[in-house]
This record gives sequence, structure tokens and C-alpha cells, in this order.
Amino acid sequence: MEALIHWLADLLAKWSWWPFAPAPSATVVVWLVYAAITAFVIAPLAMIVLTWLERKILARIQDRIGPNRAGPFGVFQALADAIKMLTKEDITPSGVDRIAYNIAPAMAAVAAIAVFAVLPVAPGIIGTDLNIGVFYIVAIGAYGILAVLMAGWSSNNKYALLGAFRAVAQLVSYEVPMVLALITVTLVAGSMSTADIVAGQGSGWYFIAIPLTFFIFFVSNMAEVNRSPFDLLEAESELVAGFHVEYSAFKYALIMIGEYVHMLAAASFSAVFFLGGWRGPFIDWAVQTSPLLAVVMGHVYFLIKVGFMIFVLIWIRGTLPRFRIDHLLDFSWKFLTPLALLNLLVVAFVLKLFQPGTSAGIDIPAGPLSGLYLGGWGQTLGLLLGSILVVLVASAVVKAFAHRSKDAGLRAIAAAE
Amino acid sequence: MEPFVFFIFSILTLGGALGVVTTKNLYYAALFLIMSFSGMAGYFVLLDAGFLAAVQIVVYVGAIAVLILFAIMLSRKVMTRNEPLLNRQWGLGLATAAIFFFVMLAVPLNVKWPLSNEVSSGNELVQLGLAFLGSYVIPFEVVSILLLVALIGAIILARDTSDVEVE
Repeated sequence: MEALIHWLADLLAKWSWWPFAPAPSATVVVWLVYAAITAFVIAPLAMIVLTWLERKILARIQDRIGPNRAGPFGVFQALADAIKMLTKEDITPSGVDRIAYNIAPAMAAVAAIAVFAVLPVAPGIIGTDLNIGVFYIVAIGAYGILAVLMAGWSSNNKYALLGAFRAVAQLVSYEVPMVLALITVTLVAGSMSTADIVAGQGSGWYFIAIPLTFFIFFVSNMAEVNRSPFDLLEAESELVAGFHVEYSAFKYALIMIGEYVHMLAAASFSAVFFLGGWRGPFIDWAVQTSPLLAVVMGHVYFLIKVGFMIFVLIWIRGTLPRFRIDHLLDFSWKFLTPLALLNLLVVAFVLKLFQPGTSAGIDIPAGPLSGLYLGGWGQTLGLLLGSILVVLVASAVVKAFAHRSKDAGLRAIAAAE
Repeated sequence: MEPFVFFIFSILTLGGALGVVTTKNLYYAALFLIMSFSGMAGYFVLLDAGFLAAVQIVVYVGAIAVLILFAIMLSRKVMTRNEPLLNRQWGLGLATAAIFFFVMLAVPLNVKWPLSNEVSSGNELVQLGLAFLGSYVIPFEVVSILLLVALIGAIILARDTSDVEVE
């Protein structure tokens, strides 16, 4: 008991100044406790808030009222649903593969939560500033795919299995343009650390400099987190509920947590990579005068951006119909991937043009336009022009292919334009 | 702390590897393989090689293992529980494995493992990039051309020839 109190006191002492510098004496155990608190509090909370938001916004888009019985504006509806979900009978169908069936939901939730370790929420507030942050996000995504595969296979259900097949096809396909978009961001920021990427957006958010990359990242990320119009893994009109059709009660809750936390992660990292993360008016001034104020402001700016991205995700879900599976794969391999490759080349070329004399402390030859760097703004403008050029080339190519297409409908559209 | 973590990763790696060859269920074998790969990634993290750890997971878990799982799910009876562990070539396999084992055994027996005094600089990513595009640029480019050839080859093999446009 004594030891426990001592340990808790130690924990609280560290908590009070943790935001500004990680305690050098912090043991792994303390960090694990932080991680557990984040996982057990933030993740279910995110799921509850997001389900309510989604239902409410979708209802408004479809000219309905949405949940409005439990509490003001129905805010407690999701909470009631969560409690109901946990008290349901936990059914394990006969014929499932017990080990894989039980591990898969936990893996789905953990894979979704783990990426938050590298999320820079406010100046100085980041779980761990890995120098491979972007790559870490991609690596953790692999376990998300694995969880879907395990759930689909172990359920011993043809719908679940079909869902899992689609999952692999879709997630692996869209990983390619997503990684290419992330490489572009890494090139522009000159670092894979998420904190450095936010810091590098002082002169113009990357949304302004590389809007095409943002589009590629956003679309492929939407597919990665199975959001409509890319929610083919669980297309209810075709597959009942897809890979999680056999799950009930707490395991279903875990899968749902995984799904909504994944969506939150997608929105958060879109904000971090392209919308300047915690950046906003007066934040640079606040960082210099009062770190505490900067942290508060950073949280506010960041949450506004994440909220906006989530709204856009829900908005798209309420607007667009679902893709067909072959169109979905064609879109990734025949359009997004070549586009992302071309975009990467153009961005690398423009960056070389504006290359200042040193990079990461190493002297390298300066680019021919390095005089026009202008504290980053000249480069931003150059990148924007490069993006526009790529869009023009891509649309011309698509048009030319549409004219030659065997699909009469596609030819008619191309001819009409 | 570090020996303890190392112990956990060792269990993952060795247990996974043992599982791959002893389980009768092909799907489990693939999952055990993933467990083993993940343990290897843990070793890289312990060695301050975060980049290699991420590569290990992206390439082996995210690509190769998922591909293996996919192939198993497509080509076998999906819920097949038991595959025979041995086939007619088990003797040949045993001999090959034994030879390989003794060759590998010679390495730890004959090499003294000197500890380097170098301290991890913390910017190993920069060092890695400089090495790839500096002193090792030719092997690096050769490998990238090899991968490109494999990629194009895969596309040509997978191409549906009946679908080629006749003009």
C-alpha cells in the first residue's frame, strides 16, 4: 500500500510538468500508465462523441432530426448505446477459430490507438517525437489490415471472408498512393518527424503548397479507414456487415472503437500534415512568451482543424454513393498511383530548384532559384504552380484515354466536353 | 528493463518461429510468422534502429505476410484445420536444414563479438540517407532497378491479354 501511494504521488508529480519536457527519470511503467489512460479514456470517448456527431450530421444532411431523446440534442444517445452494447450477450458462433477470433478485435483497436503516439497535439505535447514518425504511422497501419484479415477468416462466415478479401485488395492498393503522398510531405518538410512537419509549416500550411498531395492523401486515407464512399469491406447491401458480421457485444464495441479512432486518426493526421497541426494566429508569439498559453492555444487550433476534417469526412459519407469494387481498385492503381508518382517527381524537382545551400547541417549545392526562397514563401508558390501543372497534365491524359476507351459511355462523356 | 524487454521479444521471435514449423494449420503458420517478424522489429527498436524496425514491419508484416495470408485464403479450403506436417521429401528437407544449422552454428562459435565503443548519434536516419546516396549509391541504384524490373514484370504477367485493345 505504501509503495502504491508513493508510486501514485510520483505519477502526479510527473504529470504536472510532463507537457513541457518528458521526465528523464520517467520509467517505462509510468509511460505505460499514460498510454493506458489515453487508450482507455480517449478512445471510447472518441467513439461515443464521433458516433453521435456522425448520426446527427448525417440526419441533418438527409433532412431528418437524428437522435433527440436522450439528453439535450440527444447527446447521451451514444452513451446509452455504448452501455447497451457492453451488456449484450457475448456470442461466439460455433465453428469460429477461437484464438484468431478473439485476438482480432483487440488488434483492430490497438492498431488504431497506437498511431496517436506520434500525434503532435500542441507545441511540445507529443507522445514521442520519433524521427521516423511518418513511417511509424504506415507501419502500424499494417496491423490494422492484419486485424481485418484475421477477423474475416476466423469468423467462418462467407460474408466475413468476402469482406476480408476486399479489405486486403482495398487497403493494400490504397496504401501505395498514401505512402507516396506521405513521401511528398516528408520531402517538403525535410523530416519524417511529425513535430518537425508541423514546425516546418510556419511559412504556409502544406495545404497551400501541395494541394494535390493533400487530395491524394485524403482520398487514399478515406479508403484506408473504410469510410464511405470506400466502405466496401462492410458494404451492408452486399455483405451484411462485412468482416465483423459475427461479432457481438464487447468485441463489436472494440471493432467500432478501432473504426472511429482510426477515423479520428485520419482527421488528425490530415490536420497535422497539411493544415498546420497546432498552428494558428499568434501561436508563434505565444510559444515565446508563455508555454502554457501556447499549449492551450495549440489544443484549440488543433481541435478546430480536426473537427473540420471530421465534418468533411461525414459530409462526404452523406453525399457520395459507394464505389464498385473494380472501379475502386482501378481508381487506385490507374489514377491515384500514377498521379502520386508524377506529383512526387514534380515536387522533388521544384524543391531542388529552391534548394538552400545547407540541409540537415550538410553543405550541398544550392538550387538555381535559391535566391527566390524568400523565407519559404517563394518555395510555397513554386510548389503550388507545380501542383497546378500536374493537375493540368493529369486531366489532359485522362481525357485522351477516355476518348480511346472501349467504354461507350466514357467516350460519350469525353466527346461531350 | 532492457533484458526483460529483450526476453519478451525473444519469446515472440523464437516462439513464433517454432510455431511456424510445428503447427498443422497453415493459416496459423502465417500468423506465427507475423509474430516472429514483429519480435524481430522489437530487436531493431532495442538497438536504436527505429527505421529498420519500421521497415521490418512495413515490408514483412504489411506486405509479405499479408500476401502469404491472402494466398492461403484464396488457394486452400478456407477453414482447413489440418495439413500434414510431413510429405515424402521430409528426409531431404531434414538433411538440408541440418547442414544449414551446422553452418550457422559455426558463426557464433568462431566469431568473437566485439562491442563497439561508438555511441548512437541519434541522427542515424541522416547517416543512412547519406550512405545510400553517397558511398553505396551504385548498389542502391542496382537494387532499385531490380525492384522496378520486378514491378513491371508483375504487371505484364498479370495483364489480361484478351483485354488488349485491337485497333
